Amino acid sequence: MYGKGLRTLSAATCLALGAAFALVFFYAPLDADQGFIQKIFYVHVPMAIVALLGFVAGAVMAIGHLRTGDRRWDLRSYVAIHLSLILGVGVLITGAIWAKASWGHWWVWDEPTLVSFLIVFLLYATYQPLRFSIEDPERQARYASVFAITAGAFVPLNFLAVRLAESLTHPRVLSTTGGALPGSMRLTFLVALAGMGLLFVTLWKYEMASKHATAQLRSLRRKLGGEEIASPGRSAAPRTAAPAHPGA
Amino acid sequence: MSTVGALLRKELRMELRTRESVPAMALFAVTTFVVFHFGLDRDRLEGELASGVLWVTLLFAAMLGVNRLFVAEREQGGFDGFLLAPVDRSALLLAKALALFAFLVAVELVAVPAFAVLLLGPGIGPALPELLGILLLADVGLAVVGTLASALAIQTAARDLIAPLVALPLLIPVVIAATRATAPLLLETGAENVPLRWLGTLGLYDMVFALLAYAVFDFLLED
Repeated sequence: MYGKGLRTLSAATCLALGAAFALVFFYAPLDADQGFIQKIFYVHVPMAIVALLGFVAGAVMAIGHLRTGDRRWDLRSYVAIHLSLILGVGVLITGAIWAKASWGHWWVWDEPTLVSFLIVFLLYATYQPLRFSIEDPERQARYASVFAITAGAFVPLNFLAVRLAESLTHPRVLSTTGGALPGSMRLTFLVALAGMGLLFVTLWKYEMASKHATAQLRSLRRKLGGEEIASPGRSAAPRTAAPAHPGA
Repeated sequence: MSTVGALLRKELRMELRTRESVPAMALFAVTTFVVFHFGLDRDRLEGELASGVLWVTLLFAAMLGVNRLFVAEREQGGFDGFLLAPVDRSALLLAKALALFAFLVAVELVAVPAFAVLLLGPGIGPALPELLGILLLADVGLAVVGTLASALAIQTAARDLIAPLVALPLLIPVVIAATRATAPLLLETGAENVPLRWLGTLGLYDMVFALLAYAVFDFLLED
């Protein structure tokens, strides 16, 4: 069920990302102040936006889990947060590179967006240890959902607080939302953003399809009465109940 | 309401009899001030540095209380007893948060004077009314988020690790707002006005997390 449309989606992702990189290198003008290094902006900012949206999507899916009690929602939430965490590492690394190139330091504390992102990332970094240290799968899913909702609500609040803390002393030079960009840059940015969003959705669907197939395989083996697959032991990943088998 | 009252009375009576949390938290806070004296190699602090030292100390002291908050429930079957009682489950959240709030106030009654004596350069007298307001607002946030993090961590295998790891990032906005609000009060040149937006931030934070904790707490008890 998660495999449906994956081929088209993958093709669209490749196309969008390819177009984005072509635009970045051949179409978007060089930034007057920062020169070539400014082009990392087209990777860094879309990645950050998609990662944050992934965290919020994880919270929404967690609400779905707590409302319906359906553990598949927990799996969806887990995969979304997991992917966002991986993107988050990318955001912090590209952010550090950009900071080093344009301000001369690997980390600057007066860039509120970067600082807020670090705080959010540190919070979500606890998600996996939290899951890992709860053995009972049902309780693990429930607690992880509570965490995902709390953290999801924390994201906008944290950005507000950090921005308030910095805004008086440091006026914002570059609007990172793309609002004040010249047309060609904005187009490139939007294409890059679309590409990154598609990449997230594609990876999410791939991961869901893989987890789904594994669970189905396990249930089929159990039905055949074959040897039990060695239990994976304690794990941070949700152990899905065997999905309803078509025709069973 | 009477449920919350009963639970809170139980909480406070237990603390009065066992003295498990508050003395340890207060002692920890005073010791941390001494550690800061040597760590920073300063005899007198003022302004932003003083405010930061005070709030970081209070935050870490609060973490000790957060770690112990639900231990009795878990180890002595209090959760089962509570779940068997025909009462609203949110009552436990409210009672625990109020208890943690009371613990924090008790700790601050020791820690703030100790800070004024040990480390603070300017006198604390003129700043006291505003400081009390900031302390109370921040304590609400610390109590609510601390209770939530504690409840989230108590059933895990590594609860002493999970609770601070969850609570600290969640509490960073409280630290930001509280330190920025306190800093102008502790200036060597005399206390200045507290910027109102920090009080607003603290109030907003308290409100959002109180509602959020109320919404999700039930799911942590369902067993």
